[in-house]
Amino acid sequence: MLRNQPPETADIAALKRRATNLRRHMLSMARGQGQGYIGQGLGIADLLAALYFHELRYDPEDVGWPERDRFLLSTGHYSIALWAALAEAGIIPVEELSTYGADGSRLEMSTLDTTPGVEVIGGSLGHGLGQAVGQALGLWLSNSAARVFVELSDGEMEEGSTWEAAMSAGHFGLDRLVALVDCNGIQADGPIVIDIEPVADKWRAFGWQTIEIDGNDMSAIVGALMLARNANGRPKAIVLRTLPGKGVPRIETSEKSHFFRVDVSQWDSIIADFEARVGGEA
Amino acid sequence: MSAAMGQGRTLAMGQDEATGTGRPEVEAPFGQALAALGRERPDIVGLTADLGKYTDILPFRDAFPERFFNVGMAEQNLIAVAAGLARTGKTPFATTYGVFATRRAFDFVAIALAHSHLNVKVIAGLPGLTTGYGGTHQAIEDLALMRMVPGLVVIDPCDATEIASATRAIADYPGPVYMRLLRGKVPVVLDPAVPFEIGKARLLRQGTEIGIVSTGFMTERALDAASALEAKGHSVGVLHVPTIKPFDTGAVIDFAKSVRQLVSAENHVVVGGLGSLVAETLFDAGISKKLTRIGIPDRYIECGSVPVLQDTYGLTTRRMITTMANLLEGTLR
Repeated sequence: MLRNQPPETADIAALKRRATNLRRHMLSMARGQGQGYIGQGLGIADLLAALYFHELRYDPEDVGWPERDRFLLSTGHYSIALWAALAEAGIIPVEELSTYGADGSRLEMSTLDTTPGVEVIGGSLGHGLGQAVGQALGLWLSNSAARVFVELSDGEMEEGSTWEAAMSAGHFGLDRLVALVDCNGIQADGPIVIDIEPVADKWRAFGWQTIEIDGNDMSAIVGALMLARNANGRPKAIVLRTLPGKGVPRIETSEKSHFFRVDVSQWDSIIADFEARVGGEA
Repeated sequence: MSAAMGQGRTLAMGQDEATGTGRPEVEAPFGQALAALGRERPDIVGLTADLGKYTDILPFRDAFPERFFNVGMAEQNLIAVAAGLARTGKTPFATTYGVFATRRAFDFVAIALAHSHLNVKVIAGLPGLTTGYGGTHQAIEDLALMRMVPGLVVIDPCDATEIASATRAIADYPGPVYMRLLRGKVPVVLDPAVPFEIGKARLLRQGTEIGIVSTGFMTERALDAASALEAKGHSVGVLHVPTIKPFDTGAVIDFAKSVRQLVSAENHVVVGGLGSLVAETLFDAGISKKLTRIGIPDRYIECGSVPVLQDTYGLTTRRMITTMANLLEGTLR
């Protein structure tokens, strides 16, 4: 984080505490709204903690710093997770999280780039990777050391534009580009509706150096991000197998985990369970 | 259909994109202008989707190979990559055919470019009936599609002079632009001393009986048709409107008030393009005036030679003269 180089070692316990904080923020936001794409958000909480508190170089006081590493959230509906991370990172005020999804709030249910820290309009799935390729090319033209990280989802691999972009990144040899493929196994109509496996082999076939990990294992995430620093002329793909609702059993097991909606008393109960499990960790 | 075709087939085949007006021509005015700009502006980046040779961008590639990227046949990615480049401070010019930039990549133009008002210039080849390859390649509805996109500037230049001038103007404009391209040998029609300005119409000819509001290469034909009718004693004006969006409503209203009736002329389907814009503009302003829309009919066009197709569907000078002579006859009686 900040303007230094990414560290060579990581405090895994500290990163796990950050992930817990992100989940705590997300539960609070979802309670306020009564609903949301919280399953997906909880699933990538560990990844966002590793990115914002270990791997990314950025300046919370200067979000437009040209040399910052970029993080593009292609799945705009995961915004609840991004707002949590941006607040935890000090880019937006934590108090503002309570406005999530409210009329007039800049913390939209789906990301718009008018909010500080947002590098792309996500939500129209299949957009993020191509725009990440363009940003990586532009930074390369400017002789910048900044890297571009782009999250996209397993369902998003059904969009043809994802593969147009994947092919071009391999062709251009963009080794400062890292795709973070969140494979949580769900999409709007339920479990992934067409066979997209083998995911990692597909990325390898398009010229990407690819590693597949448990996307909720902090040590594995940090290790994969370390490997992705390799300047070997190839873009990097990290395939993260994540559990929607991770850390909140009532959401993990819900059939509604693509879009979760319960009444406020149930949210209170879910939050109480969560706090009991994490034991006041912060 | 067959009657109209029979009438059109009197023209010689194979005169691809030839104007036959004897005007001087410039080779690849867009590519030349972009290469010249590239020398002044290191932020300009060239992009294409496997149509570099066919969109006249090779002069830029040859001058600045390190700033030129061919993404292959992938128009969604073309626009996405251009958007990403713009976010790092570059000024990308992305070329493809109009059909692919609009029909294939519409979501990317709308969301990746226009929603964020990114500084990307989409340069679109084969506008309207400038190819005989049929409906797959003829961008007959691109102006209508693009003018619906909030915040997008939409330009249909007339000639080599305007293409060169507009290339510079859009590079200086910090936002998304869709510009139609005339490629290859492009005639010089307009006075090079008058620069193109985004959103500005140009009154090229005063007239009282008919006022032609035209865009793109139809302006050249409008001027020729107006001259021919003048030789027969008629007074026909021409207002050239190269910017479809933002539309110069003031100029169109003033022009409409100065003539007895209006004709719109566009190398585009008559639904949703210039003619529709003129009608909206007049109705909004409470002006009631007869409007005859010259353009491609509301249908897909077959394969064929360009001069024949243009004549068949009423876009040639000859057909414009006939159309307007009939209108004048009607008013005189």
